[in-house]
Amino acid sequence: MSEINGNGNNLLQNSRSLFGNIGLPTAIIAAFWFFTLVVGHFVGISMSTLVSDTIKRAGMNGILVLAMVPAIQSGTGPNFALPIGIVCGLFGLVCSIEMDMTGMAWLLVSFAIAIPLAAFAGFIYGKLMNAVKGSEMTIATYTGFSIVALMCLAWLMIPFKNPKMGWFIGTGLRETIQLDAVGAAQILNNFLQFRIGKVIIPTGLLLTFGFFSTLVWLFFRSKSGIAISAGGINPKFAQAAGLDIDRNRVFANVISTILGAIGIIVYSQSYGYAQLYTAPLMMAFPAVAAVLIGGATASRAKVSHVIVGVVLFQGLLTTALPVANEVFVGTDLSEIMRMIIQNGIILYALTQVKRGVQ
Amino acid sequence: MEDIHNNSQGIGSWLLENIVTIIFIAFTLFGFMVSSGVSVGYFFSELSSRVFRNSFLVLSLIIPVLAGLGLNFGIVIGAMSGQVAIAIARYFEMGGLSGLSFCFAVALIAAALCGYFTGKLYNKTRGQEMIASLIVGYFANGIYQFLFLFVVGVVIAVPATHPMIKPDGIGIRMTVDLVPVKQGGLKYALDNIYQIPFVHALLILSVAILLLLIVRFYLNKRTGHAYRNSMFSFFANSTLCIALAGVAVHAMVTKSELMIVRKVPVVTALLVIGLCIFTVLIMKTKLGQDFRSVGQSQHTAEVSGINVDKTRIIATMISTVLAAWGQIIYLQNMGTLNTYNAHTQIGMFSVAALLVGGASTSKASITHAIFGTILFNAMFIMSPEIGQSLFGQAILGEYFRTFMVYGVIGVALGLHVWKANKKNRIIVE
Repeated sequence: MSEINGNGNNLLQNSRSLFGNIGLPTAIIAAFWFFTLVVGHFVGISMSTLVSDTIKRAGMNGILVLAMVPAIQSGTGPNFALPIGIVCGLFGLVCSIEMDMTGMAWLLVSFAIAIPLAAFAGFIYGKLMNAVKGSEMTIATYTGFSIVALMCLAWLMIPFKNPKMGWFIGTGLRETIQLDAVGAAQILNNFLQFRIGKVIIPTGLLLTFGFFSTLVWLFFRSKSGIAISAGGINPKFAQAAGLDIDRNRVFANVISTILGAIGIIVYSQSYGYAQLYTAPLMMAFPAVAAVLIGGATASRAKVSHVIVGVVLFQGLLTTALPVANEVFVGTDLSEIMRMIIQNGIILYALTQVKRGVQ
Repeated sequence: MEDIHNNSQGIGSWLLENIVTIIFIAFTLFGFMVSSGVSVGYFFSELSSRVFRNSFLVLSLIIPVLAGLGLNFGIVIGAMSGQVAIAIARYFEMGGLSGLSFCFAVALIAAALCGYFTGKLYNKTRGQEMIASLIVGYFANGIYQFLFLFVVGVVIAVPATHPMIKPDGIGIRMTVDLVPVKQGGLKYALDNIYQIPFVHALLILSVAILLLLIVRFYLNKRTGHAYRNSMFSFFANSTLCIALAGVAVHAMVTKSELMIVRKVPVVTALLVIGLCIFTVLIMKTKLGQDFRSVGQSQHTAEVSGINVDKTRIIATMISTVLAAWGQIIYLQNMGTLNTYNAHTQIGMFSVAALLVGGASTSKASITHAIFGTILFNAMFIMSPEIGQSLFGQAILGEYFRTFMVYGVIGVALGLHVWKANKKNRIIVE
């Protein structure tokens, strides 16, 4: 009996060393992606298009996923209230259009308006998270939902006059605003864009994502970054060491919300449209799922998790759509697959959260 | 509805305790003041049909709350089980009472199975049940769509000519008409069994509640439990009942606008009342006591020999099955199955309704559920009207309504955790 147990343990250890630091979810998703790529190759889907799209979509979603890192590290858990940052970003973007900005000026003004707004919103949100310690995730989700619903009212009542974003009749803003009209569609993607063979590399987009990733990576090596992580790992110990945990948590959520705001502006320019109203409602979940797929847990996350996760998750989604359509004609399996994978991975992460019985 | 007299901490804390309820009452009253377009007849017709089709679902949330699982957003899984049952019945063209009984039976099995697995999941995500229940709902929605969009048609061969199946033979249509019961379908299969005019129902109900109050008051006095009686709430509730009965009689005599209110489905009402009684009775059994002790402290329950995991799974199963039945009642009243949308909002709306009634993550009663359903649906009817009359845009009211739903859940949960944390901190210090 003991021998069998011993074997089992050995096997477990072997498999761990085989994967190295790669977690089980990461390995499964990677294998699945590889499988869809192979199937895609055999049904004759152009690989270069798939790779181009994967790179583009990873860069597009990257900063939104990056926003998860500070929140997770500080101990508040994945930022399910990402829509707060997103609506701040959208507000900045809309204001910038109203000021008749175009091109790069539009982008910079959007950032300039969105960042202070997001900092303020993140501050309030961080305070809220401190008040509801222990149930952050549920309340964060509903805070995000409420803000999106509230902003629906704002989009409808905002007295903006620019015809590029109003309805033809009545007041309020359109559901989707074309960024073509302000000369800002794919403005970052097209910056220094080049091709390797048939694969398009959106240099500007990747540079932006890389820049913010490096910034976050550096930040978590700075004094205040390490203080935030310490508070997340062991609050009691950190408190004993004289760190102000509550302040650090607020600070981390401010950063997370700002990243959310920047993330949606980068996302919108790449997509070519800004989506208002209920579009941001569910945007937190794919971002949470991506960082978890990359190997993060509900209490630990690194920038490397973000990069791995966003490439794997977006890669799988981009590949699955044409492949599934080709293999099973007349069905929409890819959307179903997204729902199952995205929510399955979040559930898996939740079962790993270790908290004592009350 | 609330025990005002029990409150020793002053009006401020009472306000905080019931802030959600108060906002809703104020909002609905405000709606009546500003909007002239809503006739009393229309309002009560809408309200009564909404209350009858939703209360079963809201009531299904009570047991998990008492068992310490918090608000079970996972009732959407129950709702999906109910819809699977309805879809099967519709496919084989079953209808009427027998078709409905078939639905209830299939839903019972499917929902019990799903409830078992959700319960297992909640045991693994202890302390985070609410977010887990929300996410598991989304997860199950993926599986549900896989079943209805892919398995039906690709794995199970179905004739493309069936009115329920998409023209290309794969998957179930977006909307499926549940043929009226007169033509052998499921629409109104429960509601149409027996109906009485609204005012009669109002009269019967208020007299019944009045009798119940008097009997309870008298029994408590006789058995020496007079301390349970509170004069204030007894007189307040009786006055309310008498006033309602008076309104009903007045309407009957003067043939007022209330007479044109849609008729009330008696059997549905009886089912809802039956569920209320079931919920009260089950809490008096051994199982119910287990729910309560697990809800108060899992540790203490474990030490005193209760199988905590099993109790929690049973609570989830009961809730899921009730939600499945609730969804069947809901759909037979709607008359069409919105295959991919009908269940998605159910969890959120039901939870919001329960919270509006004054419940929280750790306390809930049938009063909260029923009162909450009425108030929540009143708000639901009024908000487009308010948007229309104040701003000239009904859509504004609808967005506001969505905001209220999310906001209510957020505020109620947030306040609860905040208060609990504050209490803990005081104890620690």
